[in-house]
Amino acid sequence: MLSSVRDLLPIVLVILFFQFFVLQQPLPNVAQLLAGVLFVVLGLTFFIHGLEQGLFPIGEAMAHAFARKGSVFWLLLFAFSLGFGTTVAEPALIAVAAEAANVAANGNMIEATEAAKSSYANGLRYTVALSVGLAIVIGVIRILKGWPIQWIIIGGYMLVVIMTMFAPREIIGIAYDSGGVTTSTITVPLVTALGVGLASSIKGRNPMVDGFGLIALASLTPMIFVMAYGMLI
Amino acid sequence: MDILNETLDVTLSTIKDVLPIAAIIFGFQFAVIRKKPANLGQILIGFIWVVIGLSLFLLGLEWCLFPLGRLMAEQLTDPTFIHGANATIEMAKGVNWQDYYWVYWFAFLIGFSTTIAEPSLMAVAIKANEVSGGAIGIWGLRIAVAIGVAVGISLGCYRIVVGDPIHWYIITGYIIVVIQTSFAPKLIIPLAYDSGGVTTSTVTVPLVAALGLGLSETVPGRNPLIDGFGLIAFASLFPIISVMTYAQLSEARAKISNRKIAAKADQ
Repeated sequence: MLSSVRDLLPIVLVILFFQFFVLQQPLPNVAQLLAGVLFVVLGLTFFIHGLEQGLFPIGEAMAHAFARKGSVFWLLLFAFSLGFGTTVAEPALIAVAAEAANVAANGNMIEATEAAKSSYANGLRYTVALSVGLAIVIGVIRILKGWPIQWIIIGGYMLVVIMTMFAPREIIGIAYDSGGVTTSTITVPLVTALGVGLASSIKGRNPMVDGFGLIALASLTPMIFVMAYGMLI
Repeated sequence: MDILNETLDVTLSTIKDVLPIAAIIFGFQFAVIRKKPANLGQILIGFIWVVIGLSLFLLGLEWCLFPLGRLMAEQLTDPTFIHGANATIEMAKGVNWQDYYWVYWFAFLIGFSTTIAEPSLMAVAIKANEVSGGAIGIWGLRIAVAIGVAVGISLGCYRIVVGDPIHWYIITGYIIVVIQTSFAPKLIIPLAYDSGGVTTSTVTVPLVAALGLGLSETVPGRNPLIDGFGLIAFASLFPIISVMTYAQLSEARAKISNRKIAAKADQ
């Protein structure tokens, strides 16, 4: 509870400072504001509690169980479903996809009808979800094999740079942003627990070196896939 | 009534977010692993806490911080705020990036403070602290990431004001990341890469998006569709650099203090 207050204090201070000193306006709706802050503090406290009770243990328990079971196929299928399933319904992604469809319609890349826009947005959504699923699969294979993460990421960056030169200009900003929006608050703890759990249950892997990196991959592949989508359609 | 409706809406949408994840996890748990997890009850209660916590969190943000933050982003980018009363005359002279200094400050401070409150960053910091045996401090990591986001977003705002193409900034950032990777301590590299992705979720994205859109709508000659995007990319690139810098600095400090101890032992 106290630590949640401390986490939130900076935002409150920044907003108060700008409201009173820079914009020089009174606070609207003080009661509602206070209630909102109270909600946020309570919510954060409950979330962190649930994280330690639920999300972390199940993520790690499953990683250990898969490692003991020794079936790479099921592990990879699980990794893909986790990446795809958590991304396809992500509200931030749905918003970005709709925005991208508008951009494409304005740039005359697709027809400016509702049907064309919604099929473009849906295509984009599934593309991103597919790319995140693939990213988690690649990341899990990397943990199994013990490949260093930097070569994969740097290789991915090079691909992004090369594709930037050929992709339509309107899609570039959206493609870069889509890397950031795919990783939601529930996905991150689960995926982190999965990676760390896997790396700590496989002999010869260091959870620090091999366990992290799944999220980095999940925010890299959407950039590549969205640009490819913009180039193909 | 409004409050009740809103509460219901937010809770339902959170449940909708959690449901596919829970279905995948428990589906695999029962169909493939076929073993009941040891503390199933505790885990289920944990999920319920996550849903309640996240709903309350989003509701509170939607209620107070987001409207105010969005309003501020609009007001700070408003030409009459930046140029005073004779805004139209000033605007005709062209864009002077220094006029927007409050916007950069706002971007920096709001980027920093929202990252500190970002729940997914807390999750990763808790895990990193646990895995590294306490060598990586929860607050050290969070502050390093927050500084990265703050610098990234203010630079991104500067880019929107001057109108440079985004990819030169991002490509330069990538080059810095590649160079730093070859010098940074091996242990931190995967974590640094990850911290790029975790910074931008529930709290940061809505406020930052409002800032980008507000700026690109009011700065003359900018197109919101092309220039309004990209702030999130800045916010996920710069933490990688700042976390590696943090690790390099703490390594250097450890070396210096080791040398001092060694020198003392020699005397």
